[in-house]
Amino acid sequence: MQAARRGDGHVSAAAEPRQAEVIERVHETRDLFTLRLRLTEPAARAAYRFAPGQFNMLYLPGIGGVPISIASDPDDPTTLDHTIRAVGRVTRVLAGLGHGDRLGLRGPYGRGWPLAAAEGHDLVVLTGGLGCAPVVAAIDYAVARRERFGRLAILQGVKHAADLLWRPRYDAWAALPDTEVRLAADEPDRHWPDHVGLVTDLLGEVRFDPGATFALLCGPEPMMLAGARRLIALGVPDTHIWLSLERGFQCGVGHCGHCQLGPWFVCRDGPVFRFADIRWLLGTPGF
Amino acid sequence: MTEAHCLPRARLQALFDRLGERGFRCIGPQVRDGAIVYDDLSDASALPVGIGTHQAPGRYRLEHYAHARCFAWSNGPQALKPLLFAPEEPLWQVTRGADGRVTFASIERPAQRRAVIGVRACDLAALTLHDAHFLGAAADPGYAARRAELFIVAVDCSHPADTCFCASTGDGPAVTGGADLTLTELDAGFLVRGLTDAGRSLMDALPLLPASSDDLRLAKAEIEHAATSQRRQLPGRNLRDVLFANLDHPRWDDVAERCLACGNCVAVCPTCFCYTEREDAALDGSHSTHLRLWDTCYSAEHSYLHGRLLRANTRTRYRQWLTHKLGGWHDQYGRSGCVGCGRCIAWCPTGIDITAEAAALCKPPAAETDT
Repeated sequence: MQAARRGDGHVSAAAEPRQAEVIERVHETRDLFTLRLRLTEPAARAAYRFAPGQFNMLYLPGIGGVPISIASDPDDPTTLDHTIRAVGRVTRVLAGLGHGDRLGLRGPYGRGWPLAAAEGHDLVVLTGGLGCAPVVAAIDYAVARRERFGRLAILQGVKHAADLLWRPRYDAWAALPDTEVRLAADEPDRHWPDHVGLVTDLLGEVRFDPGATFALLCGPEPMMLAGARRLIALGVPDTHIWLSLERGFQCGVGHCGHCQLGPWFVCRDGPVFRFADIRWLLGTPGF
Repeated sequence: MTEAHCLPRARLQALFDRLGERGFRCIGPQVRDGAIVYDDLSDASALPVGIGTHQAPGRYRLEHYAHARCFAWSNGPQALKPLLFAPEEPLWQVTRGADGRVTFASIERPAQRRAVIGVRACDLAALTLHDAHFLGAAADPGYAARRAELFIVAVDCSHPADTCFCASTGDGPAVTGGADLTLTELDAGFLVRGLTDAGRSLMDALPLLPASSDDLRLAKAEIEHAATSQRRQLPGRNLRDVLFANLDHPRWDDVAERCLACGNCVAVCPTCFCYTEREDAALDGSHSTHLRLWDTCYSAEHSYLHGRLLRANTRTRYRQWLTHKLGGWHDQYGRSGCVGCGRCIAWCPTGIDITAEAAALCKPPAAETDT
């Protein structure tokens, strides 16, 4: 197994959450919002560290918890961004929170992106929909250490043009040296300036050295499977293709059993996996 | 393991008394509601004397015999699992003040010195697996608190049920470890062996007699018979690769026709560990208790993932259960998750037999009609 990065945060089964407060609620798109959170206890805030790709359990008293990846800069773990789609019982209530509201936070959980192993390689970041959130911390990490990585290609696809998050961030990354950003929408609007179609179509249009590349993929599983196959066809070894998966995380420590994918507890063994390890099972209906 | 000594049947109460004097709350098997259950028990005469069980697919019945033996039965629906992995357990409490601040309180978990009497080898194997699951890198505080103060008096299984197959999984019927003290029941009394320091110390306080060579020979013969009389077996100790290679086997459709997805097999399985988290909230929203409850991979909610179900039908849920039990466990904890207790066979309302399903799934689909 390649070197896995883990946060130094407090991880214990059944540990109660810490209180966090909403510093800011950012409206992102029609159904996406970001909660910028801060742990209220100074000691807990000072001790908190996370690795890009890890997630927190956000908890609302009397309502329940939900796993959300950490979408902010890992070099500033005192401010934790969580970009959320209002789709279920807990996330709909989270959507109504605003500045100063209090909630519970526990984490970070899981294994993040293999950024130490990826140093010295080109990076291809291929994401779809809200899959951009679990990798944005990895991009921030690499951009802050730009000299340790080769070329950087960031490809993000959305279903509808109106679903695109963070265009200013993509524009800023596109301006960096040796960095390419390509965006795709299946359903463009009149103003969409970028590619129309699947984001995986763009893999052949960006520059990277397939034999010396790490690829970070996050998004709907069919999109990740198509992307991984395309990368392999382009010559990227399956040991250098990493995917962030999502299952019904409840405990975060591999105890409750909901997130099992065959032999793996996705919350603990992942959520970031090497494609070479999981390709035999990923995509099988029911797993 | 110490040399076996003999505890005369008439002196069995001494075991309960010595444990009680050491501060242990004794828990033992007893007849309730037509089944053998484990609960508080300080009187040896309340053990299931003269009781046997008849078990078959979808069937569990007590039988009454004239003999004086009190462990001449095979396992009831539960033993150790609910004592350590509680069916319902609070994880934390939270209050929300008028100013909106939330305050979390951890749950007090006072140590409980408990001694369980009559634990079988299959359940000791399951305990080892639950220890690996709940006491790993992120130890579960409730499980750990209950486990730390647990004293186990095991008993060799002399009367396996028709549904038992522990000999095939390598987990029984003899106790080989995992307990503090182990008993082998004979007509005249019990052979006693200490397996830990605590067990040997308790042995020293019991009114024991030397064991005769006849006693030892009889005990050995009974256990050997208990192993050889088992008719069910799994088709191998490691079915991981063959099961995962047969995820499209037609037998999954066949068993889905018979499976009610009720989750009984999960509830009685001594190794199933899934739980779900819930809130028990005050109506005014001022406070709440965050709980966990046993869950089952046969429910729709188990595979819920933001608005959809990964496993929307019984075929994929049964397949999840079996490929985890006999497959995924090997990767997770180094062995199969089945200890051969046979409970899932007896307590299945439609009598689905894990050994028959595994055998069918391990054969090529074309040959399946021959079974």
